[in-house]
Amino acid sequence: MLRFLVRRIIGAVVILFLLSIVTFVLFFGVPRDPALLMCGKTCNPDSIANIHHVLGLDKPITEQYWIFLHNLVAGSSQFAQGPCPAPCFGYSYHTNDPVWNTLMDRLPTTVSLTLGAAVCFLIVGLGTGLLAAWRRGTMVDKTATAGAMVVSSLQIYFLGPLALAILVYQTHWFDKPAYNNFTGDPLTWFTGLIIPWVVLSTIFAAQYTRMARSAMIEQLQEEHVRTARAKGMSRQYVFFRYAWRGSLIPIVTIFGIDLGSLLGGAIITEYTFGLPGLGQLAVQSVFFSDLPLLLGVMLFAATMILLFNIVVDAAYAFIDPRVRLS
Amino acid sequence: MSTPLLSVRDLHVSFKTEDGVVRAVDGLSFDLERGRTLGIVGESGSGKSVTNLTVLGLHNPMFTTVEGEILLDGRELTTARESELEKLRGNKVAMIFQDPLTALSPYYTVGRQIAEPYMKHNGASKKDAWERAVEMLGKVGIPNPRQRAKDYPHQFSGGMRQRAMIAMALVCDPDLLIADEPTTALDVTVQAQILDLLKDLQQEFGSGIIFITHDLGVIADMADDIMVMYAGGAVERGTTEEVLRSPQHPYTWGLLNSMPRLDSDPGAQLSPIPGTPPSLLNPPSGCRFHPRCTFQDRVAGTGRCTTERPAIGSGRASACHLSADQKRTIFIEEIKPRLG
Repeated sequence: MLRFLVRRIIGAVVILFLLSIVTFVLFFGVPRDPALLMCGKTCNPDSIANIHHVLGLDKPITEQYWIFLHNLVAGSSQFAQGPCPAPCFGYSYHTNDPVWNTLMDRLPTTVSLTLGAAVCFLIVGLGTGLLAAWRRGTMVDKTATAGAMVVSSLQIYFLGPLALAILVYQTHWFDKPAYNNFTGDPLTWFTGLIIPWVVLSTIFAAQYTRMARSAMIEQLQEEHVRTARAKGMSRQYVFFRYAWRGSLIPIVTIFGIDLGSLLGGAIITEYTFGLPGLGQLAVQSVFFSDLPLLLGVMLFAATMILLFNIVVDAAYAFIDPRVRLS
Repeated sequence: MSTPLLSVRDLHVSFKTEDGVVRAVDGLSFDLERGRTLGIVGESGSGKSVTNLTVLGLHNPMFTTVEGEILLDGRELTTARESELEKLRGNKVAMIFQDPLTALSPYYTVGRQIAEPYMKHNGASKKDAWERAVEMLGKVGIPNPRQRAKDYPHQFSGGMRQRAMIAMALVCDPDLLIADEPTTALDVTVQAQILDLLKDLQQEFGSGIIFITHDLGVIADMADDIMVMYAGGAVERGTTEEVLRSPQHPYTWGLLNSMPRLDSDPGAQLSPIPGTPPSLLNPPSGCRFHPRCTFQDRVAGTGRCTTERPAIGSGRASACHLSADQKRTIFIEEIKPRLG
């Protein structure tokens, strides 16, 4: 297990390294100059050259990349804005704030949004899927299956504004979505996020319903499940002890991927509801050609996805003894 | 005579599918006495496995229709409630499946899987059930059973898995054991060991056994009685001696004739039964076997085989319109010489 983890972590670091190179190359490959955005109305060749020099953009790309890596690992005291301890992504071109601090500022929003939605869609989605599989072929199953099919084909940018229009602006039943610190006031934290949670988790829940149903139905046809029935074990017992156990593998796999990508920033959701999370930050960094911020967001999101990939693989070992013991 | 252990009377099992109704079992009757072994032989799709899943009530009630009677110890099973069936399964009636790798759960230890039905049916504590599982593993010849009970099925060899499967089936000392091709997935040497084990355990436990196979060699070794099935019904029955020494039905002749023999010329062709098993969605009229039968023109009364389904009696019997004399002479003069 330890060897497995070490191997996977090394692999993840290599991927992050490659990703940072790709990001660098793409950034310089695009014909956009961050200096043009920064100098404003007083632009002239001298001021642009000056900005390039201050940002270090006049150095060769390889040298800039080397500085980036060095700062990331060892930190830097070269920045005019102040010292930048490791992991140092530098200062945002646009806001002049340290990128790491900005990431950490935005993280609670994304984490709150993701985890709250995940709790909702796991409970609703898996619950409905299990119910449909248990009552396979009945009206309950047919309704759940058809409903899940329709809902999972909806999109956030359709459902989100619709929910806002009806539940917030027309009826005023709910607060306008906003992020409030949990530690400040748990109640406003909750009421501010409830609409984004519902919208985000509705679509996911539909997908998890379909997934859980099909996984359970597939498992229930396994021969070892039939054996358990032939031993006289009850339908409930076989459903939850035998079929559910096997269904966990595909469910955990998809959940790991979903959670990783959501924690890297639910871009559309955050935009739709105006929540200042990592997803908004990602868009902003591209918009302002903000290289340090772009690198920070990219690497952070990728780290989340890789991390949850490793967690999923480790979870297999707990679920399936064939993985654990081979 | 006392009531038979299992008595199946005019059983019909059909499945609803998208293409229509499949008549998997169509008018099957047979009896099994306590302590005896009935071998059911037939090709895939002849209804032998379906019959036995229906005995346990393991068919899907949504898509399956069951008519007829299944009496276990005189008790009707086709109309029994699910909760009553649960009490019988694994307790009075147990089943051994073909492929022990897929038939055992990969997620639980072998010991736990054996202990489960014992806890359920005997109300035993976890500890007692585990002890019983270890004891059963020892009985079926697993060395070091206390250690091996903690292993998962994938850590067992194929033969050991089937032994564990047998231990699981016998843990509650069932009256009836249904073995569905229990040796098909195993090596020949392991196969012989498993068959010996089953015979020994039958002596010890006194269960009645239904042994399903398509291997006539295995059945000759195991069964007291044989029932040959074709397209959802019995075509021949009798004691093992009778059916194998003087078979009466053209289908049984075909089965015997298609078996490879050790003493035959290595270059010689096998002689399979011509044609393929019929679709049970739309079975042939009259005798189900007639499209593949080469003897129908000898039956008195033209076209009888295509219009009239031959009945099969109890005891020594076969479902064929040929007269008893014809069956005897055709077998002795035309079939037996080819069997060598």
